[in-house]
Amino acid sequence: MEKLLDIQHLKVDFTMKDGDLTAIKDVSLHINIGETVCIVGESGSGKSVTSKAIMRLIDYENGKISAGSIVLDGMDLAQLSQKKLRSICGKKVAMIFQEPMAAFDPVFTIGSQIIETILENKQFTKLQAKERALYLLNRVGISDPALRLNQYPNELSGGMLQRAMIAMALACGPDLLIADEPTTALDVTIQAQILKLLQEIKEEFGMSILLITHDMGVAAQMADRIIVMYAGRIVEYATVSQMFELPHHPYTRGLLQSITTIDSDRSKKLYSINGSIPGLADLPPGCQFHPRCPFATERCSMELPPLREVNDRYTACWYAEDLVESFDWKQPSGETKNDRHSIKEIVLSDSKRGSEPLFTIQQLSKFYPIGKKSPFSRNSSYLRAVENVTFTIEKGETFGLVGESGSGKSTLGRVLLQLEKPTSGKVFFQGQDLSKLDAKELREKRRNMQMIYQDPYGSVNPRWKVGDIIGEPLQVHDSLSAKDKHDRVQDLLEVVGLNKSSFNLYPHEFSGGQRQRIAIARAIALNPQFILADEAVSALDVSVQAQIVNLLQDLQRERDLTYLFIAHGLNIVRHVSDRIGVMYLGQMVEMAPSETLFLHPAHHYTKGLIDSIPIADPARTRERISLKGEIPSPANPPAGCRFHTRCPAATARCREEQPIFREIHTGHWVACHDPL
Amino acid sequence: MKEVVNTKTVLHVPKWKFTKQKTNFSVENLFILGAGMVVIFIILCALFPKWIAPYSPTFMDTSLILSPPNSAHWFGTDYFGRDVLSLVIYGSSDSLIIGIASVLIGGLIGGIIGSVSGYFGGIIDVVVMRLIEILMTIPGILLALAIAAALGPGLMNIVLAVAVSSIPGYARVMRGQLMSIKKRKYVEASRSIGTPEWRIFLWHLLPNSWSPLLVMATIGLGTSILIGSGLSFLGLGIIKEIPDWGALLSQGRGYLTVGWWISTFPGLAITLFVLSVNIIGDKLRDTFDPKTSRTR
Amino acid sequence: MTLVNKVLLKISTAFVSIIGSSILVFSIIYLLPGDPVLSMIDPSVATPEMVANLRKELGLNQPFYIQFSEYFMNVLQGDFGQSVVNSEPVLPKIVEHFPATLALTITSAVLSVVIGVTFGVLSAIYRNKWIDIIARIIGLFGISMPTFWSGILLILIFSVYLNWLPSIGSDGWKTLVLPSLSLGLVGAGFIIRMVRNSMLDVINEQFIVTLRAKGLSERVVMYRHALRNALIPAITIIGLNIGELLAGTVVIETVFSRQGIGRIVADAIMAKDLPVIQGVVFFSAIVYVVINLLVDLSYSFIDPRVRRAH
Repeated sequence: MEKLLDIQHLKVDFTMKDGDLTAIKDVSLHINIGETVCIVGESGSGKSVTSKAIMRLIDYENGKISAGSIVLDGMDLAQLSQKKLRSICGKKVAMIFQEPMAAFDPVFTIGSQIIETILENKQFTKLQAKERALYLLNRVGISDPALRLNQYPNELSGGMLQRAMIAMALACGPDLLIADEPTTALDVTIQAQILKLLQEIKEEFGMSILLITHDMGVAAQMADRIIVMYAGRIVEYATVSQMFELPHHPYTRGLLQSITTIDSDRSKKLYSINGSIPGLADLPPGCQFHPRCPFATERCSMELPPLREVNDRYTACWYAEDLVESFDWKQPSGETKNDRHSIKEIVLSDSKRGSEPLFTIQQLSKFYPIGKKSPFSRNSSYLRAVENVTFTIEKGETFGLVGESGSGKSTLGRVLLQLEKPTSGKVFFQGQDLSKLDAKELREKRRNMQMIYQDPYGSVNPRWKVGDIIGEPLQVHDSLSAKDKHDRVQDLLEVVGLNKSSFNLYPHEFSGGQRQRIAIARAIALNPQFILADEAVSALDVSVQAQIVNLLQDLQRERDLTYLFIAHGLNIVRHVSDRIGVMYLGQMVEMAPSETLFLHPAHHYTKGLIDSIPIADPARTRERISLKGEIPSPANPPAGCRFHTRCPAATARCREEQPIFREIHTGHWVACHDPL
Repeated sequence: MKEVVNTKTVLHVPKWKFTKQKTNFSVENLFILGAGMVVIFIILCALFPKWIAPYSPTFMDTSLILSPPNSAHWFGTDYFGRDVLSLVIYGSSDSLIIGIASVLIGGLIGGIIGSVSGYFGGIIDVVVMRLIEILMTIPGILLALAIAAALGPGLMNIVLAVAVSSIPGYARVMRGQLMSIKKRKYVEASRSIGTPEWRIFLWHLLPNSWSPLLVMATIGLGTSILIGSGLSFLGLGIIKEIPDWGALLSQGRGYLTVGWWISTFPGLAITLFVLSVNIIGDKLRDTFDPKTSRTR
Repeated sequence: MTLVNKVLLKISTAFVSIIGSSILVFSIIYLLPGDPVLSMIDPSVATPEMVANLRKELGLNQPFYIQFSEYFMNVLQGDFGQSVVNSEPVLPKIVEHFPATLALTITSAVLSVVIGVTFGVLSAIYRNKWIDIIARIIGLFGISMPTFWSGILLILIFSVYLNWLPSIGSDGWKTLVLPSLSLGLVGAGFIIRMVRNSMLDVINEQFIVTLRAKGLSERVVMYRHALRNALIPAITIIGLNIGELLAGTVVIETVFSRQGIGRIVADAIMAKDLPVIQGVVFFSAIVYVVINLLVDLSYSFIDPRVRRAH
């Protein structure tokens, strides 16, 4: 096959105040015509830097290509002047980015930005350019393209903008489309739509795609070949089937095993890679993965393994041939037989599930007033964040809450903890109506209900030492002496797997996963009964995510905790939850035990959500019937069944009559007129 | 909630480089060092004028009226034969007192008003901010001027006038900061564990809010000195034997054609001091600016 | 909220502000601890009758709300009170002197916007190049130099030594040059710093990367996209600055002996003529509010996000 792009031994440095910092080193890869290549990696892997280096966008960020070549069409982009480079950018190579909202100039219309691109690169009249823009918007699936042309970026949703972004990238028919985490900021349903679109246009326009992602599932679905990067270097390079069949690098293997899949065994502990991703400034010597590698030898800590050909593919491991032959390569090595035995069963039998509700939520609603800012505008309306939700959380269980953004799942969690007052409805905790408590009683009650946030850095006071952060609840509720507090905090640090010496460090000195451990230590400091984990693992890298999930589950078993686990990552929710509630536009549309929900979803929305999850197995790529359209605004929800606008099975009845949330089997509730 | 597997963390690298510090280090630090030395020197002048000034400010050498700068009188002499350098050195104390005292008073009152408004929000915020906006309908120097004129001459009155005119600025900064800190997750996190409100205010809100106020106070010191000396210049100042910089400059205006130095040097003193304060303020802003030190 | 509602809201807010500032101005003069009468006449020569007469004349023996409502009704009828020195009504005097002030305000505003925006933008684009260094120095000096000093320096250089331009007066464009320069430099200083920061913020935005990735030239990226984004927030500050320039005329008109309203104030200060000070301050407040209202309204038209936000 013919090579479109050939990168050889690329090295990129960033100029810092104290010298240069190497972001990527010795990166060699090529993309053939009509091929999709995925670069997969976690934070700090250098995947984005690689993608930005191709168009030399790093030049504007104090970066420079200090070695290597990037050859496209016989030209070395690494050597071209910025001026010559402009004849490549946008014409032969186009790029789309992670956050479509930030990627458009906010003060120009979508249309003018697309037309600008066309005019810059083609000999078109304005009218021709406009026609082409219309055609492109239509092609990427934007409804009312003529209207959208005149709209500003803030008037479109994230999914729409990403489509528009793709239209803009297509403007001049590029040979190569670089997509840097194009779906990371989007909901799973929208992600499925965008990925499908990318595949279609790739065929249609005969492009190659370089896709940057952290999600193995996305890579499995999209890629012809996969490149795995770690700490600025390529560690493995293979076709998608080779990669998923038999990874050759311990890191790739770890990544693949850390992923929770839709049919993984829930009673198993998740496989996790130890330790955390090193910073670029202090990379370990030898193989950069060796401190986290279960197979590392002395050689690994001394000598850097080169990327070499092993079994028709490339890998950077000294022992790849031997390892793949070894007995436990395909079996996770990090866990023993004992560990694998049902954590869940112990929890369940201990707590006699079903007998004792910890939280009882009755017809809970939370509305926010909107559009009432001016005395001259009469119509005040409400954003219906949560409406009429009823359910219970049993003692000792993990209740999972899923839904797209805007579904009201986080608001629901916050109202449960009384961080926001409900508009109507009741919340009982341990049989007590929380709204009837006065401020002091409520504060006392908070001992028993704690929260872990998504952003482990934003949720701790950056000026406090870790010891004080973890000790804050102790200080508030128990007047402990400094020494007692110190001792208790040290115990807690140990429980969550942090070094005792962390006490006097500041949060910024920790990695994301460690910070989340700090947040967990703080949450369990008072021995609460209930913990709300609001997207607690969503911001973490895959290899770290598994560690935190395991920690949460260990703690649940040891301390008899009840969790409300809110997340948009369906697989992870499925793995940790006993029961799951699915929310759509402020309402709970389905609730069932975890397995039931995933095996026999009754609501069409639930089914759509599940079908949207990319499967990390290229052999099982299925023709998906993912959801159409986007979640409507909660300020103006559709009448009747709120889902009818996107439902494949909607009838006239659905448009008028709101379905009742009813029990169709024991413990399986659904709000649908014609459940599946 | 947006998925935050952000590629921005990948770009640890570019994030540092966005900070404004990577300029010419030696040169910038040299400026800051110089500014610091000017400020320290002028403060010393204000504290110990006797030790620094070559002459008594009241000593009139009638043989040397309006002599241009020379080796004996570096800044020349004025119409009465007084040494301009000594006058400038002695005049520094009143100018600095006006600046520093008004910043302290204005910053404190403005800070408290802003904290209350930002913390409580709602109707209190609306009312307080309307009042502040009304105070802002009159530009700073005019407001100070009206107050000073109504209160009559006197050092404290000038201080008060300048302080009041600076309140809106401080109040708005503090309010904005408090409102932003209030929304931080760690504040809610603290509330979620049952921390009483007063503790949240003292432990989390205040300590994380006052750095912009500090930056603003530094730059405000310059503004206050400018307004204070402006009032003196207009004749609203203290009428006394040793004039402050503004008054000194005003007196020299009558002799522009015969003695440029009488007005020039007090003005230079004001400019140098304010300039130095602003350079230090800029440095502080770069250090504290949430935009550059943001760690999200 | 529709656009009409927004405009109405802004206008009514401005009106409330003017009423508020009238209360404020009134309170400053009559409520502060200083006795206005004693600060008006020299205590050493004042007899008790003089004090009592003046107090009665000013209506100071009546309760505050009556005094204020009387004052306010008068203001509505265009009566801003009268001078205690020569009993001249204040408003006609202000109106007579306002054009000179307005001319100075406008020229210095134009000057500061032109210098400020140009240098601010170039400074951000050519960051750390020589033009940036020059712009930053101008900016720092602009906000650090008292106008009365820069004015005097300009007089020394251009009038006393070079004899190119008149040092005093308010007739003809030549008399405008030096005061506008001196005042404009202050505004320019603020605007340079503001625009530079704003520009640097925009340059670091993600969409700038997109624009470069589209293959647009740096010229287009900077002057078409970054500049427009940067100027939107800058406009508010520029508006506030024009208001501050108006206030700055008080000092600068004294320096250059221009016959503007600033001059009236300076004279009134000397004569301890409180009603005149009060009148001018209130008048300036009205102009200031109106300028800011106009800026605010223009802002809603320039920024599509504000214009189209529902």
